[in-house]
Amino acid sequence: MIAYVTVFLSGLLFALGLGISGMTLPQKVLGFLDFWSGHWDPSLAFVMVFSAGTYMLLHRVVLARKRPVFAIKFSMPTRSDIDERLVVGAALFGIGWGMVGFCPGPATTALVSGADGTLVFYVSMIAGMYVFGTLDVIGSMESDSGVSGIDYFFKPKQP
Amino acid sequence: MEHFMLGIVTMLGFTPVLSSIGGILIGLAAVGLLLFNGRIAGISGILGGVLRPAVNDTLWRIVFIAGLLVGALIIKRLDPAAMAIHIDVTLPTVVLGGLLVGLGTRIGSGCTSGHGVCGIGRLAPRSIVASAVFFVSAVATVYVVRYMLGGV
Repeated sequence: MIAYVTVFLSGLLFALGLGISGMTLPQKVLGFLDFWSGHWDPSLAFVMVFSAGTYMLLHRVVLARKRPVFAIKFSMPTRSDIDERLVVGAALFGIGWGMVGFCPGPATTALVSGADGTLVFYVSMIAGMYVFGTLDVIGSMESDSGVSGIDYFFKPKQP
Repeated sequence: MEHFMLGIVTMLGFTPVLSSIGGILIGLAAVGLLLFNGRIAGISGILGGVLRPAVNDTLWRIVFIAGLLVGALIIKRLDPAAMAIHIDVTLPTVVLGGLLVGLGTRIGSGCTSGHGVCGIGRLAPRSIVASAVFFVSAVATVYVVRYMLGGV
């Protein structure tokens, strides 16, 4: 039970950080991404440097532990290969991010604003994630292919 | 006191101090999730996992999202202007943008938090590449939308 308390508090602190840094506002995010407006706002760079910097300093201390406080093990990403899928996915995400100014965190916190367009964006984003999930599930049903549906859009690896 | 941040955070101008403090809080939130629960604080991965439920792996994701929403309500209470969101593109652009963010973050295994904060924080090569790609892609998109298409 207490494990869920720390998850909840982490989510809450994350949202407070987004709010205090101004990143809850897509117009402020776009103010960073637009270098040509004549009033460029570097704030987002400060958010990234200080958030990633904090993580860089402290995650090493955490990973020196045998296990997390309330879990059996650390669930860490293990891959290190840079494939086509990573690059294409990031490029598509960047296009969507630049169009509206929302990435998944601020799109979620924006739901409490009730502002025009926020719910439509969220439903569309979830639909995009759902499409991915469906393609992946379809792929995984193909017998012994070892290739997900999404991979058919890229170079399928030979099993 | 209730509106102590009003006009500071929400000014559409450079906010180096508050953005740095906010960044540190985001970093601490992500480190906390790792320390206590052993998880990477990647919002797109957390959301995507809810849509593809696995045994014993869904509830914590919903609890994290609930925390985000309660935090957002606190921000709105402290400073309503921090939630004064203006989207100045048309509805089809909002829909297409949402679809691309959802699909792209799942295909590319992460977003600004998972790759940008946690991945760069771990100096993970995949995350450094992904972050460089989505930042360049976003900047190019803003240029195309605002200065070539006249804002769509």
